[in-house]
Amino acid sequence: MTREEILTGLYEQTLVGNGPEVLSLTEQGLGMGMEPSTLLFDALIPSLEEVGARFERGDFFVPEMLIAGRAMAGAMERLRPLLADTGVETIGKFLMGTVKGDVHDIGKNLVNIMLEGAGFEVIDLGVQVAPEKFVSAIEEHQPDIVGFSAFLTTTMPMFKANINALEKAGLRDQVIVMVGGAPVTQEYADAVGADGYAADASATVKRAKDLLAGKRALVGAGA
Amino acid sequence: MPTSTTASSSNSPSPAEDLSTQEPSTREPSAQDPRASRVAALACGAIAIHIADIARRRGWPVDIHPLPPLLHNHPHRIAPEVEAHLGGLAAAYGKVVVAYADCGTYGALDEVCDRWGIARLQGLHCYDLFAGAERIEEWLADQPGTFFLTDFLVKSFDRTVWRELGLDRYPELRDDYFRHFTQVIWLAQDPAGELREEAERVAARLGLPLTVISTGDGALESALALLLAC
Repeated sequence: MTREEILTGLYEQTLVGNGPEVLSLTEQGLGMGMEPSTLLFDALIPSLEEVGARFERGDFFVPEMLIAGRAMAGAMERLRPLLADTGVETIGKFLMGTVKGDVHDIGKNLVNIMLEGAGFEVIDLGVQVAPEKFVSAIEEHQPDIVGFSAFLTTTMPMFKANINALEKAGLRDQVIVMVGGAPVTQEYADAVGADGYAADASATVKRAKDLLAGKRALVGAGA
Repeated sequence: MPTSTTASSSNSPSPAEDLSTQEPSTREPSAQDPRASRVAALACGAIAIHIADIARRRGWPVDIHPLPPLLHNHPHRIAPEVEAHLGGLAAAYGKVVVAYADCGTYGALDEVCDRWGIARLQGLHCYDLFAGAERIEEWLADQPGTFFLTDFLVKSFDRTVWRELGLDRYPELRDDYFRHFTQVIWLAQDPAGELREEAERVAARLGLPLTVISTGDGALESALALLLAC
């Protein structure tokens, strides 16, 4: 198998969510001396971007997104330590969690996959994350962005509780706050004082990149 | 096609009429049309059969116009779909009601109802309509990972849940969807033998313990009575 065939195979098998084959091709590529970053940026990420595009067009649905994400996650487990060893830098650190009282995480997990595919380091705190846990995790990990996810109208108010906790801990200005989830709107995000909102996984990646670039530009300008 | 609670179903609107759209409140029903003295209930297909049973039992002059229950898996489509049907019904019937709760539309259905001056069933989901919103809140506060079933969901689980989540094609995704769920509560309208076995089978497929709460349809009946009185 040629290197080109490895990349093509990785792209196509990720697209259809064939986890075992994606892992096998990853191993074969590494065995041939291919750079982990090549496998990631020339095959896995473009494939996941295509998955996102098909989802936006309505050609893919959540199961297809999840199965592709699982395939990519399997390869990432193998590549992540190698990428760290080779000094590939992430574009930013994203701390993520579903708010207290809410166990829904399908959307959050899709966002995580897309963020990681886009080059973010993602730290996922899981579900039912209390405000104090967000605070301690921000202190520990120093993320660029923290994301609060909620699926229920009854748990959305935790966004405000979390932001209040960040303010009380003196962390609010250190971190970009993004919110999302099925019932969330831009208006609601504005009302609770979040910095950003996006309606789906692909849009979250774009918004996160924009917000991060904006913040870095401000820092660079000495603001 | 509508489900009439009386023998007047021959006067029901055609599908084409159902799908017509128009601006709110632009037409009045004809006095000669028997439907002018009846109520059209534009209902979620997941509860339409219960509403028909209740209306028949109570002798209410209600024609049920069910919409596909699978809309629930795409809740952003519910409000537009409801609105697409309101024109024809409002032109034909003396009164129209929307037999949906919010159902994951997050206010979009209320906007449609407000625009047309039409009331809907109260509550966030049909679970509220069977068990009461307070009890649902209590269960969720106690165990946020509660997966609710109704008789409809028990009967149609393979089609409306399993297949829609892609679990027929990708059974390995089950834990991706349900790993944080801790129990199944079946809000049973009719906790009879065969359905109970089916509910147990559903819970087993999800790998979760089952609790059966017999609700009947009394709370839905009360909610419907309030809706018709609006």
